[in-house]
Amino acid sequence: MSISVTGVSRRFGNTTALHPLSLEIAKGEMVGLLGPSGSGKTTLLRIIAGLETPNSGSIHFGDRDVTHVHVRKRRVGFVFQHYALFRHMSVFENVAFGLRARPSSERLSNAEIHDRVHHLLERVRLEALAKRLPAQLSGGQQQRVALARALAVEPEVLLLDEPFGALDAKVRLELRRWLRHLHEEFNFTSVFVTHDQEEALELSDRVVVMSNGRIEQIDTPQTLYRAPANRFVFSFLGETNRFAGEYREGRLHRDQAWIQLDKAGAPTSEVLLRPHELILTTAPDARAHLPVTVDAVSPVGSDVRIELTADWMDTPWLASITHHDFDRLRPERGGAFFVIPARWHQFAPENA
Amino acid sequence: MKRIGDGTGTRLGLITLAVILTTLFLVIPLAGIFYQAFAEGLAPFWQNLTSNFTREAIGLTLLIALMTVPVNLIFGIFLAWLVTRFTFPGRRILQTLIDIPFAVSPVVAGLLYLLLYGRTGWLGSILSEQDVQLMFAWPGMVLVTIFVTCPFVARELIPLMQAQGSAEEEAGVTLGASGWMLFRRITLPNIRWALVYGVILTNARAIGEFGAVSVVSGSIRGETINLPLQVELLYQDYNTVGAFTSAALLAALAIVTLMIKALLEWHTHRREKTA
Repeated sequence: MSISVTGVSRRFGNTTALHPLSLEIAKGEMVGLLGPSGSGKTTLLRIIAGLETPNSGSIHFGDRDVTHVHVRKRRVGFVFQHYALFRHMSVFENVAFGLRARPSSERLSNAEIHDRVHHLLERVRLEALAKRLPAQLSGGQQQRVALARALAVEPEVLLLDEPFGALDAKVRLELRRWLRHLHEEFNFTSVFVTHDQEEALELSDRVVVMSNGRIEQIDTPQTLYRAPANRFVFSFLGETNRFAGEYREGRLHRDQAWIQLDKAGAPTSEVLLRPHELILTTAPDARAHLPVTVDAVSPVGSDVRIELTADWMDTPWLASITHHDFDRLRPERGGAFFVIPARWHQFAPENA
Repeated sequence: MKRIGDGTGTRLGLITLAVILTTLFLVIPLAGIFYQAFAEGLAPFWQNLTSNFTREAIGLTLLIALMTVPVNLIFGIFLAWLVTRFTFPGRRILQTLIDIPFAVSPVVAGLLYLLLYGRTGWLGSILSEQDVQLMFAWPGMVLVTIFVTCPFVARELIPLMQAQGSAEEEAGVTLGASGWMLFRRITLPNIRWALVYGVILTNARAIGEFGAVSVVSGSIRGETINLPLQVELLYQDYNTVGAFTSAALLAALAIVTLMIKALLEWHTHRREKTA
């Protein structure tokens, strides 16, 4: 089922959690709401679910206006940040809850409920634990119970609030993949909230980046990463190195350091660079003169991460170079190098 | 490993002090009650216990408890629900107001009710026109007991419900549960032990309440005398055995209450361990 959010806003006392915003989510799409804490992403999710009432605007599921429809009747699946499993009920009863809560005219027989729950528990690989209490499960298992519980009522919309936030990295990766599969199999429309850019970019068909109660950009992960709409989106999506200085004749100067910018480009006082866009060399060239000192080296992972310092920086830079380059250059702590930017990004100044 | 202050001397000293104080202030007076009750043998004790006045005092005491507990049980659940699940202006003030019956001396509470509901009182004069008499009758005693014991259940529930949060109820409602189903299947099972605990405390206080009740009772023998009042009345009549018989009865009720409480605590503790 498609979801339309139109002109929705929300205030809590004197603070505005959401400025009026609109959002269209297609049927079967998986959309991530990404933003730092306090950006309004959870409030938006809760408004879609009906757990929170907007001060203005409307919510439609397909053609149906659900703005004033009670949560109980919206038929959404909601997975809570800390799972919110019913602590005194067994795993089986947790999953069966939604089926037992149905009005008597629609209620399934006990045998049907039993079959449905066991089928779901099989899907989430928790059949053996059906009789356990939530407190006896690990975090990942609890999260799977929470998902099974939400899916038991066959919702057409699945909403997830920081679904993997409290889990360790390995379990998180596994559950992400698994959620993706479930999404494809059950074909529901899902919206999830996260502050983890990697998670948002990996899972979503489209990502909604939010800050301060506003939508900054809505795009596919690729477009978002390649063409961020503004400085906020750029810096939120990954590690950012900043060069600020004075613009003179196509060059940006700061003390002895400078970067040659496009002659055709607009003058700017700041450029931003990703760690992988930095080339480490032993000599400057016509593109830039950026002397740096190696402060720390971390050769773990697919790239070598190198922390760089210099007088002309406000905060240390981070460069990631290939192991091949690393073997060639052999940078060590305290070593002096030059940085050549392969690419850089410049944005209109923020006046928010 | 030795902890700070964990010398043999300190430990022995503290233990001895604790034992001496407990004996002086708890064990001896408690034993004294039973000793005095049986001072003249079993027969006078039994005679006092089965006298009409004592039987009526027991009856009134139980009646007060029986009416107070359900009222405050329901009131306490509503109050805790209101304070922990909703935000509204005046919520903090309400939370403070809950404690007023604890803060105010029961005698003052009794006096207030007397002024308000007495024959010449503000509300009492209206009621007496309708031929309703609350003060110097058992309904007044029930009223003040409800007032004095009303924080117990709410006080037990509020911290627990605050700690548990409303996420489980929200989960329930997204799954389609009605308000009653949420309460019966999610809220109630989560708070049941705190609820039982609150009921035990309410009950203990309702049975033992003296101050507020003595102001509004009017001391009509066989009508508005409950067990605590009976103790005082008989003692002033120089019927020591009688007074201590009733006192022993109250003490026994208190001990039974404490035993139930301890049993529950042990039970919850064990549940938490296995969970």
